[in-house]
Amino acid sequence: MFFNEEFETLPREAIEALQLKRLKSMVARVQQNVPFYKESLAKAGVNADSIKSLADLARLPFTYKQDMRDSYPYRLFAVPMEDIVRIHASSGTTGKPTVVGYTQKDIDTWSELMARSFVAAGVHKGDIIHNSYGYGLFTGGLGAHYGAERLGASVIPMSGGNTKKQIMIMQDFGSTVLTCTPSYSLYMAEAAKEEGIDFRDLKLKVGIFGAEPWSEAMRLDIEEKLNLSAVDIYGLSEIMGPGVAIECCEAKKGLHVWEDHFIPEIINPETGEVLPEGQKGELVITTITKEGIPLIRYRTRDITSITYEPCICGRTHARIARMSGRSDDMLIIRGVNVFPSQIEAILMGVEGVEPHYVLIVDRKDNLDTLEVQVEVGENIFSDEIKHLQAISTKIEKQIKEMLGVTCRVRLVEPKSITRSEGKAKRVIDNRNKA
Amino acid sequence: MYVEQISIFIENKFGRLAEVTRILGDAGVNIRTLSLADTSDFGILRLIVNDAEKAKSVLKDRGFTVSKTEVVAVEIPDRPGGLADILQVLDAGGINVEYMYAFVERCGENAVMIFRFDETQKAIEALTAKNFNVLPGDRLYSM
Repeated sequence: MFFNEEFETLPREAIEALQLKRLKSMVARVQQNVPFYKESLAKAGVNADSIKSLADLARLPFTYKQDMRDSYPYRLFAVPMEDIVRIHASSGTTGKPTVVGYTQKDIDTWSELMARSFVAAGVHKGDIIHNSYGYGLFTGGLGAHYGAERLGASVIPMSGGNTKKQIMIMQDFGSTVLTCTPSYSLYMAEAAKEEGIDFRDLKLKVGIFGAEPWSEAMRLDIEEKLNLSAVDIYGLSEIMGPGVAIECCEAKKGLHVWEDHFIPEIINPETGEVLPEGQKGELVITTITKEGIPLIRYRTRDITSITYEPCICGRTHARIARMSGRSDDMLIIRGVNVFPSQIEAILMGVEGVEPHYVLIVDRKDNLDTLEVQVEVGENIFSDEIKHLQAISTKIEKQIKEMLGVTCRVRLVEPKSITRSEGKAKRVIDNRNKA
Repeated sequence: MYVEQISIFIENKFGRLAEVTRILGDAGVNIRTLSLADTSDFGILRLIVNDAEKAKSVLKDRGFTVSKTEVVAVEIPDRPGGLADILQVLDAGGINVEYMYAFVERCGENAVMIFRFDETQKAIEALTAKNFNVLPGDRLYSM
């Protein structure tokens, strides 16, 4: 089953011809309309005419998240504001958020790609889609919502939170599809169990889970506990939102990237060199149809590999493997992006606290947990427990306020955090060990 | 009239308390009395020893976080209501007890309690005014 059979099954030569044509046109557009690209393309000595084949893509400069921050809020936009119909932004936990704008055509494209993704996951017109991705500046909620409407399914705009109500609605409304983060799906199943409700008695048959890293073991766990087919979806606001890539329900082996709109590359994150098919590296994406904010070779920092092997589902678009990590130190905790440097900045702001800390990320009862271990030096030590507890509480509160993540601060003895030579190991992530 | 107490931060980890006492023992420091306050993550070991300076320096050398605090030692008649009488004086004076623990030895017919007050000087004045015997540090270190 396809949503747009013609494009989803284009022969490779046709995909590549389309990509080349669209790439040239996009480069010409940003060169003309975005001063940042005019400058960076000139510096690299490339223009639209010098792109003769897709291999020339490797000559184009990268775009980094920092470039987007430096262009806050609108300087990377390639169209006048009157053509922008929607604005989304990333969480902006390191200060200013990353802002993205969409033209009507961008919204249409996004809706279609999300609709394609739904169908690839095994969702059809007539399904009732229970959408628990957050609505708002975050792209998850509205991205899935518009895709569901484009498909012609019935969408329930739940957004996140209020778990009891979510369960009631799923029961009463007969939801057949669930969209949320994988950890939240398990959390809901547990919460339901406590109420005496078994998720296996619900009508759910497909779950589309993304916005955080998860493992094959977790997929099996979800499929067992929720009695549905769980597929992985990938996206990022800088590129579009959810629906940049999705697993097909037939193979569940790699996520198809919608190549008529995005060109994926895998590079060595250290050298920037393009890696051959099958090798692990950083995913880089070039948007070739976006109008609002087209990006050339955007460094996603996500680590994966790519394959062009034909898939049993019949889709001809390349597949990327499940994300296996990040090339920077960003953590995704319950869907929130967290950089250790942000926690460090908060700790440094607490008087007397020393810069020795380690973040321990785990998954307990299906939810991500964050423990921040902080060494107790003489500056903050007191012979009274209440003073020490006040310090942990203060740090916990500030992290919650500034990053939106609940954590537990644990005070530890000096020198108990391993000092390493060179780059300090600030993060112990136990989530992917399962 | 103060007594010097040293406090040590100890993580709730196997063998840490034993290690602290071993370090002190090897340095020839004698523990006069102690109290351990604990939470699920860490504890604070409070000690009165015969040589606070030495105890502090050997523990710091071994990487422990140590601090010194002034506490007050008071003799309490060893009879029913003895402690209540003292606490009543403090209550009347509006003085807060942050924590307290007992000294392990008796002093004649009296017991000895160690107090940590929010206002140490005020507490000493209130107690001495009511004829309670506040013991000087030297007495305790060598008891």
